[in-house]
Amino acid sequence: MVAPKDLPKEELYAPGHRLCAGCGPSISVRLALKAARGPTAVVNSTGCVEVSTTIFPYTAWRIPWVHTLFENTPAVASGLEYAYEALEKRGQRKGKVDIIALGGDGGTFDIGIQALSGMLERGHDIVYICYDNEAYMNTGIQRSGATPRGAATTTSPAGKVIPGKRGNKKDLAAICAGHGIKYTATASIGFFIDYIDKVKKAIEIDGPAVVHVLAPCPLGWRSNPADTIKLAKMAVQTGIFPIYEIVDGKYKMSLKPGTLLPVEEYFKLQGRFSHILKPEFKDELEAIKREIAENYKRILRLAGEQVA
Amino acid sequence: MYRKKGVFTGEGVIPYAGEGSTVTVEGAVCTQVGCAYTGDEAVAYAAKQCDVDVVAAYPITPQTIIVERFSDYVANGEVDTKFMHVESEHSAMSACVGASLAGARVFTSTASQGLALMHEVMYLASGLRTPIVMGVVNRALSAPINIHGDHSDMMGSRDCGWIQLFAENAQEAYDLTIQAFKIAEDQTVQLPVTVNLDGFTVSHATESMKSLADEDVVRFLPPRKPVFKVDPSTPMSVGGMALPEYYYEVKRQQEEALRLSKPVVKRVSKEYGDLTGRRYGFMETYGLEDAQAAIISLGSTCGTVRSVAKRLRAKGKKVGAIKLWMYRPFPTEELVSAIKGLKALAVMDKAISFGAPYGALCSDISASLQNTGIKVKILNMIYGLGGRDIPPSTIERAYKDVLQTAKTGKVKERVKFLDVRE
Repeated sequence: MVAPKDLPKEELYAPGHRLCAGCGPSISVRLALKAARGPTAVVNSTGCVEVSTTIFPYTAWRIPWVHTLFENTPAVASGLEYAYEALEKRGQRKGKVDIIALGGDGGTFDIGIQALSGMLERGHDIVYICYDNEAYMNTGIQRSGATPRGAATTTSPAGKVIPGKRGNKKDLAAICAGHGIKYTATASIGFFIDYIDKVKKAIEIDGPAVVHVLAPCPLGWRSNPADTIKLAKMAVQTGIFPIYEIVDGKYKMSLKPGTLLPVEEYFKLQGRFSHILKPEFKDELEAIKREIAENYKRILRLAGEQVA
Repeated sequence: MYRKKGVFTGEGVIPYAGEGSTVTVEGAVCTQVGCAYTGDEAVAYAAKQCDVDVVAAYPITPQTIIVERFSDYVANGEVDTKFMHVESEHSAMSACVGASLAGARVFTSTASQGLALMHEVMYLASGLRTPIVMGVVNRALSAPINIHGDHSDMMGSRDCGWIQLFAENAQEAYDLTIQAFKIAEDQTVQLPVTVNLDGFTVSHATESMKSLADEDVVRFLPPRKPVFKVDPSTPMSVGGMALPEYYYEVKRQQEEALRLSKPVVKRVSKEYGDLTGRRYGFMETYGLEDAQAAIISLGSTCGTVRSVAKRLRAKGKKVGAIKLWMYRPFPTEELVSAIKGLKALAVMDKAISFGAPYGALCSDISASLQNTGIKVKILNMIYGLGGRDIPPSTIERAYKDVLQTAKTGKVKERVKFLDVRE
């Protein structure tokens, strides 16, 4: 594990971009690039990070960066990889380029999952990072396949009869690992050394690797920008977003919290869950808590851990 | 259909491409090989000879032969190309954009629904100035589903900012593919190009044609020299956000680049013609020097039109024919100048522009004539949708109509649907 003092001082992701104060995705990008080992190129899906970092004629990227569309980033990245390989074979360029494909949860869980599946199946040597802020934040907080049950968004509002998002969050890590890739990990910007380590491993692995990182959005979560890292930690400590690695199909927990924090403590800091804490949705809260506990146990079992 | 060597024609075996006998072509400075190819095979062979770095493609009828044949080249080690077997046409075009941005020479091919699925990405290919070459094997669009040839697919994407060339036969598909790379990659153009060939009529019909030797293609088309590339040696951000204060200028420049590709197309055609003896350009005209009535069309129909025109001219009818090789950028001035002496022109559209005054080609021609003071009567004829056969008799009837208009000055039907059960 890299020590914080040994992290590179160089910022490949420059300040001065236009993302919000306390933006989790922005932190996730800055940290990920601390793991870069050499020449690196980034392909970025449409989303907050893309629109806010490259408003012409400015850019926050000190490395090659490409954006085309919302749903095709893994395919564009695949094209770059093949081109570098073909040109190297012909002696027209030299040296390995690490390619990082970057997408939000909308671009990854939903509209881009087909392109991601294709990239994983073909076995491209690309690191895919999904920064997950659990909704379509760029278009103004609409629910995505990554929005957790109960969370209020503008398209899954906390109504009188429907208390926020219905349905579960997709298990992205399992979907990716199901392609038989060598390395998949979940991470949180709250445990940033662990996250950087995972990106490092993902880069070092020959072939596709996926890092799914939780990155809170103060605007969409209706939380204090100063609480972004705290919330990113609590999501893990409550068992809501367990962090683990899947190496060659084998699960391994990255952190074993002794006792889980109460889910309510996490919900209390976020406006998107405020309705769930009201007495009339007591049953919904209980159901959500049950699901969280069951999912956490499921992951522990997969990792071969003792389940209480 | 997989053929190892040779094809039986009834008169003997015509050699498989690249293995035929050397032939001398009048006006050519290089020796060429007489061979037999389907349109699809011709395009695949041209892409091979153009020594492309990356191909990303998804199979769809009637384009499949192109990807199958190219897969053979890869599997047999005949090319250095990286072939990406993508999971959709959307990803095919996306991967092509990525590879082209990295500096590679890139080829892909599709048809019909595949082109429609690429539609969104095609704007990126032109907007980011990636000189991709794509073989489009024209086919009808659903619904109802139909796998046969018409131009609905390409006409639906005609305003994507691509240069669009149309081939009449396998020879033209081959020749235009080679020229397409040179046009696309020209330092002043840097735009993607489609080479269109009619589904089945051209894609699956075996024709005798002439191919170049590999070294002549390489001499004509040296390796790509990208104007810029996404590479760590020159870090840059590509595809960022342009708000109202910049977007418009970017688009204006793109339109200017497409317009300025015309002299490049001309120059490349001339170079190719000097090399091979086969001359291309924006269009080919027949009999226009004294014609009063003419038909203009795209693709394989042009052959039928020309042969009918020949027969009618032999009978003393003053008819002509125009084949457009280049549909985008539209050769407005050149076309107006070619048709200004006509009394009537029938414009053949192999696609409906639903709800529009005319089919797409006819709309373009009518708009080109606007404010020129030239009074050519225009008849629009929609034909051949979903692979409906176009026998010479249909073209004869079209000539009869257009001759009638030339004589009377009257247009009976503004838009006529040929050979349809009403």
